[in-house]
Amino acid sequence: MRELSLNILDIAQNSITANASLITVEITENTVEHTLLIGIYDNGKGMSEEQVKSVIDPFFTTRTTRKVGMGIPLFKMAAEQTGGGLEIKSELGVGTEIRATFKTDSVDFTPLGDVASTIQMLITMNTDRDFVYKHKVDDKEFVCDTRELKAILGDVPLDTYEVSQWILEFIKENTEVLYK
Amino acid sequence: MKTLAELMAIKEATMQKMTVREDTGDDAIRIVVGMATCGIAAGARPVLNAFVDEVAKRNLKGVTVSQTGCIGMCQYEPIVEVIQPGKEKVTYVKMTADKVAKVVNDHIVNGNPVAEYTVSAIK
Repeated sequence: MRELSLNILDIAQNSITANASLITVEITENTVEHTLLIGIYDNGKGMSEEQVKSVIDPFFTTRTTRKVGMGIPLFKMAAEQTGGGLEIKSELGVGTEIRATFKTDSVDFTPLGDVASTIQMLITMNTDRDFVYKHKVDDKEFVCDTRELKAILGDVPLDTYEVSQWILEFIKENTEVLYK
Repeated sequence: MKTLAELMAIKEATMQKMTVREDTGDDAIRIVVGMATCGIAAGARPVLNAFVDEVAKRNLKGVTVSQTGCIGMCQYEPIVEVIQPGKEKVTYVKMTADKVAKVVNDHIVNGNPVAEYTVSAIK
């Protein structure tokens, strides 16, 4: 993947497939220690220990379904090549938490890329789910919660074009400010 | 800076324009973009965005843009399927955002699939 934001888009699809109603995407960057954490947490159906092993190693999968593939291994590789790593915590019936850590000063660090576009797409293509996007840079934080947006919008759907464009700009502008 | 107050204003404006939600029933055209790992890695995100933009810009009714998983021909991603009741499904391969305007204009609006972008042109 050319940007980590595409990995986020890809990994979050798994949460949607797992029937999660609430998906949280967390990005926490520490510019002093040059570390970045990307967390994707859901309340979907969860995985057994065996399944967790199989999604980490693509060659372990028995491939009776096409539900798991290269998504997690690619994300893990992107983290490990910087000196970071990836961990998965999952419980059947409870949900899944995926955390990837990166060393941002590594030459092999893939740029975060267009996260606003990823979050916008997740929100507008899955209006029946809720998303929380938390982006933190050092001591500054921005949070976008679709439950809050839905409360304002009432009957106007999140995938209305004007709303969708607003969401993109809202996230983009508020995220840029974190880096100033 | 975009604020939540602005979203409220958008809501008010949209409510006034909104009548009954447009009919996306039986004769609706569906544009489906493959968004599995293979599609995303090959550049499906800007393609999907371009379709959403183009459909909105032309104010097309009864056209939905959605996403799906792996279509099974990963080497030809980004793949886009246009599904219209009563017509054969058209599969576009190696799509880019630049090709989207032509597909919407020729195929979605005027009913002529863009043969050179389809899977049959490649195979």
